[in-house]
Amino acid sequence: MISTHLLTKSFQDRRRGAILAVDGVSLEVRPGQIYGLLGANGAGKTTVMRLLATLIRPSGGSATVGGHDVVRDAAAVRSKVGFLAASTALYGRLTAREVITYFGELNGLGRAQLRARIDQLATDLDMHGFLDRRCEGLSTGMKQKTSIARTLVHDPAVMIFDEPTLGLDVTTARAIVQFVRNCRAMGKTVIYSTHMMHEVEKLCDRIGIIHGGRLLAEGTLQELRQRTGEDDMEEVFIRIIGQREAP
Amino acid sequence: MSLKSIAVVYRKELRDLLRDRRTLRSMVVFPLLMMPLMIVGLGKVTRVVDARARAEIPAIQIQGGEDSPGVLARLRSDNKLRIEPSTADWRQLIADKKIRAVVVIPAHFEADIRAGAESRISIFQYEGEIRSGIAAAELEGLFRRLSAETVQGRLAARRLPPSLIHPFEIRRENAASPEKVTGNRIGGLVPYLILIFCFVGAIYPAIDLSAGEKERGTMETLLCSPVGRTDIVLGKFLMVLTSSLAAVALACLSLAFSLRFGGIGKGAAELGLTHVDPAGVAGTLVLILPVAVFFSAAMFTLGLCARNHREALSYLQPLMFVIVLPAVIGMMPGIELNTRLALVPILNISLASREMLTGAWHWPELALIFASTTAYASAALAVAVRMFGRESVVFRV
Ligand SMILES: Nc1ncnc2c1ncn2[C@@H]1O[C@H](COP(=O)(O)OP(=O)(O)OP(=O)(O)O)[C@@H](O)[C@H]1O
Ligand SMILES: [Mg+2]
Repeated sequence: MISTHLLTKSFQDRRRGAILAVDGVSLEVRPGQIYGLLGANGAGKTTVMRLLATLIRPSGGSATVGGHDVVRDAAAVRSKVGFLAASTALYGRLTAREVITYFGELNGLGRAQLRARIDQLATDLDMHGFLDRRCEGLSTGMKQKTSIARTLVHDPAVMIFDEPTLGLDVTTARAIVQFVRNCRAMGKTVIYSTHMMHEVEKLCDRIGIIHGGRLLAEGTLQELRQRTGEDDMEEVFIRIIGQREAP
Repeated sequence: MSLKSIAVVYRKELRDLLRDRRTLRSMVVFPLLMMPLMIVGLGKVTRVVDARARAEIPAIQIQGGEDSPGVLARLRSDNKLRIEPSTADWRQLIADKKIRAVVVIPAHFEADIRAGAESRISIFQYEGEIRSGIAAAELEGLFRRLSAETVQGRLAARRLPPSLIHPFEIRRENAASPEKVTGNRIGGLVPYLILIFCFVGAIYPAIDLSAGEKERGTMETLLCSPVGRTDIVLGKFLMVLTSSLAAVALACLSLAFSLRFGGIGKGAAELGLTHVDPAGVAGTLVLILPVAVFFSAAMFTLGLCARNHREALSYLQPLMFVIVLPAVIGMMPGIELNTRLALVPILNISLASREMLTGAWHWPELALIFASTTAYASAALAVAVRMFGRESVVFRV
């Protein structure tokens, strides 16, 4: 369960001054649901995701993730969250198994428990072939699988994906999308950010369109289509952003 | 704070660093090889330069003295001097190191001496130049002997005893043990070397575990875990400290080993290292402990504030001067440990180490040094923890 209320984040930038990266975002994601956050470059997607993962603290508003407040109970939130982003890299000099073990240990898992868990994940994700190879030598697809195993090792109830298919080829991207669907099937709460229209169309139960840090529209794909009178997702998106910018 | 989490972070960083060739170089290979190489090298260089200088028979010129044949004959018979024909540009020749020294003999020198009139011999040299110094010393010795003979001749002529002008003898003798002499001479050098290794051992991991991790994009991955940020900093800091201390320990071991078995005793003897007091070294190492903590925390913090390796290096390099300067001041003769200097970081270690190596243990000052350095170290560590908690530092764009 994710719920935010007027979540706001401003950055102090030396050159640009105060930047309102996230401006009063309120949204709700229930277990078994995939929420798609759609936005252009610099819209504030990553900032929302980082706020939910408690990597940064909000400047205003509130948010609870997995039943815990992101400010007061940040560590508890992190133990319930799996965070996967283009910017979350792996340790190159460690093997895939070592990386997963490390994050399992950081999440307080015991040795025996971890061994079984890694075995399970490796089977699910078809990783046995490269489990004991160093991450620096893995292909992008293998790295992505390792990252997924890393986020799943503590079996989090909430999954946060920040543009997880960025820079991946079609097959690898498809595998990721399939994996996100599996998370929903397992009853996890999923929030997924992207700037790619077809991904939200295929994947998301609810869609939020974010621009300039503000959540401009929200609803199911159907609702957004009705609201704008457009059929194509790209047109829907442009309409909503355009409405905002026109007046 | 949880010891278990700190241990998890520490173990991972240790494994990661041990797989990195660059770390192994600065943490293991450099300290192991540097010490013996330096001692052999320095010892050899000192020996060779000295022997060469002594082997050379310095060229000199005599200006004047045509009417003092006795003095000229004496100078010519000195086989430690090579006399070159006199020229007018002799000052330039000394400056150009073409000749090493010039003696100027005034007119009527021998006649004046015989008559009992005052006279003056001038010796010109290139001050601070070792070979010129040797030539000038040889000349001066020759004329001092001549002066003494003249006095003796005059006394004998008047039938007076030599003790009239030489009532007693003065002699300087060494009362300090060889350890003390060595300690005083190289006391500033030992902590200086240890400090350098302390620094060199920490610099690479300090950067790699902070800016390096940011640059490679693993910092965000790590921060997603529920482990507290304080635990992460402490685990990483302990790794940096380990590396720093490992470099120091390996350097000391390598030094001890090479002195004992390496057949480099000769080089070491030249530098006087064979008489180093082990208790003094041990004392220095104890004092270095909080310094290592301070370095590790400070360097880690600086690394954290940087976006990448290069930027981190540019922050850390000036720090080298901050270390070297007080250590060099500590090597200067005449500066002695007192309560006020005991509070000056690094300089205090330098001074205290010199005292300890000469066998003098000033316990109140030593306690003060340990306490003040520990205070600085704790402050640096607190800053590191604080900086790590600041998102503007960790997520700097
Ligand atoms: N740490 C920071 N300091 C200063 N400004 C920041 C910081 N992080 C983000 N911003 C700014 O906040 C705004 C939103 O950035 P954010 O990264 O959330 O956008 P995004 O939707 O993820 O974009 P992209 O598609 O490029 O990933 C941008 O203007 C960005 O420059
Ligand atoms: Mg982004």
